[in-house]
Amino acid sequence: MSAQISVKVEFGGGLELLFDNQRSHRVSVPVRVAATPAEKKSLKDDTGAAEGEGRQADVAYLILWLRDNLLKERAELFVENGTVRPGILVLVNDTDWELEGEGDYQLKDGDEIVFISTLHGG
Amino acid sequence: MTSPHPHLGIRDLLQTIMPPRLCALCHDARAILKRPKTGQQICKECFFWVFETEVHNTITEAKLFKPGDRVAIGASGGKDSTVLAHVMKTLNDRYEYGLELFLLSIDEGITGYRDDSLETVKRNQQQYDMPLKILSYDELYGWTMDAIVSQIGKKNNCTFCGVFRRQALDRGAASLHVDHIVTGHNADDIAETVLMNIMRGDIARLGRCTLICTQGEDTIKRSKPFKYAYEKEIVMYAYFKKLDYFSTECIYSPDAYRGHARAFLKDLEAARPSAIIDIIHSGEMFEVKEEVKATQKSQKTCKRCGYMSSNELCKACTLLEGLERGMAAAAVTERARKKLDAEGPAPESLRTIPFFQQSRGPHPSVALERPT
Ligand SMILES: [Zn+2]
Ligand SMILES: [Zn+2]
Repeated sequence: MSAQISVKVEFGGGLELLFDNQRSHRVSVPVRVAATPAEKKSLKDDTGAAEGEGRQADVAYLILWLRDNLLKERAELFVENGTVRPGILVLVNDTDWELEGEGDYQLKDGDEIVFISTLHGG
Repeated sequence: MTSPHPHLGIRDLLQTIMPPRLCALCHDARAILKRPKTGQQICKECFFWVFETEVHNTITEAKLFKPGDRVAIGASGGKDSTVLAHVMKTLNDRYEYGLELFLLSIDEGITGYRDDSLETVKRNQQQYDMPLKILSYDELYGWTMDAIVSQIGKKNNCTFCGVFRRQALDRGAASLHVDHIVTGHNADDIAETVLMNIMRGDIARLGRCTLICTQGEDTIKRSKPFKYAYEKEIVMYAYFKKLDYFSTECIYSPDAYRGHARAFLKDLEAARPSAIIDIIHSGEMFEVKEEVKATQKSQKTCKRCGYMSSNELCKACTLLEGLERGMAAAAVTERARKKLDAEGPAPESLRTIPFFQQSRGPHPSVALERPT
């Protein structure tokens, strides 16, 4: 089993409703994960890849991991085509993920990842 | 150099040691946001500044207000109207617009949805120090949305809610003696409405829905100061300012059609962020003819409630009569309306909407500004 990274995950803008109505979560994911993203395969209780194999866990992995381990309902409102559904904003340590390589951003211990839906009424 | 994380590769090291991206505007602070409109990477303070300044420019270029105006902010407790209240207050102070600002909320009577969001509006009232008026469907029409849905089901309830909300907003505004209602409609909302009007073939509404300021059937102006503000920036603004807003889907809004339009728009935006503004511009191309048509329409008032109407009965009175007589479909379809008429005149005992008193003299006609 691969070593783990602990990150803080926050949901906002109504997205928390899909996650047990909990805005803030602390999750641990494997440091090394399978080289190819597992859009179809479930990552439930994924133990990751062996040291020196696969790839470093990134935000793309975290999104699928959250879908398979934390999400309680209506996965299609969170994930579409292997990434977050258009209209969901992502922040990495309070910075727009578009400045951080989006899904390619490699997770570090203690990172804070925020997901906010813009799709709910205003 | 020894990495504290032996399992990290070269990319991770680069990620760690690369200097942070600097703001494209001040070249000083770290960039935190990529603007969807321009692709610029900017810092937090510059973002607040450009976002507010662009709304200010929208307001001044369209000459939306004059000093002394009483302006109601249509407040739902959601992200757009919460940010709008914050920005209106900020700009009114910063640029001395001289406006008297109010919060105006409509309580549709939806348990678990509107009652929670109204709590947010009440907090906004404290935070922004603005007078708040809440007008409920129940006091105005004698029906809550909960009661309407229990009678008619979930199918056409958005029609009722839309008609009732519009008239309630106007009546609320009249009771506050305001000249102007501003709403939180943003660029994404307007582009979405353009798309929906295209899909429905509703050319008459197409141009009109992109207007920044309209006067509709009444004399109170309605404006959209966020017409050019991207939803992403509104949400980011609320996030970085830590504004308090409420975000839950209306429990009765299975507006699947709008949902599809929105999903389509978000896909387009992901591929090319300028799609939002491009679609608004497309809608604007239909504008001129529609303005001509609007001025030709004669103004009447509803014989039952005195509200502005293009028919004998206004839409709200028609819907209400259908509800009261247990024939709610009456206002939704032509055939059902005929059936209602065939049943004879409305009974004396029918519950009606309080008569609408225009609180002020006629306003000067509003200039419909064309964006440049
Ligand atoms: Zn800056
Ligand atoms: Zn009427």
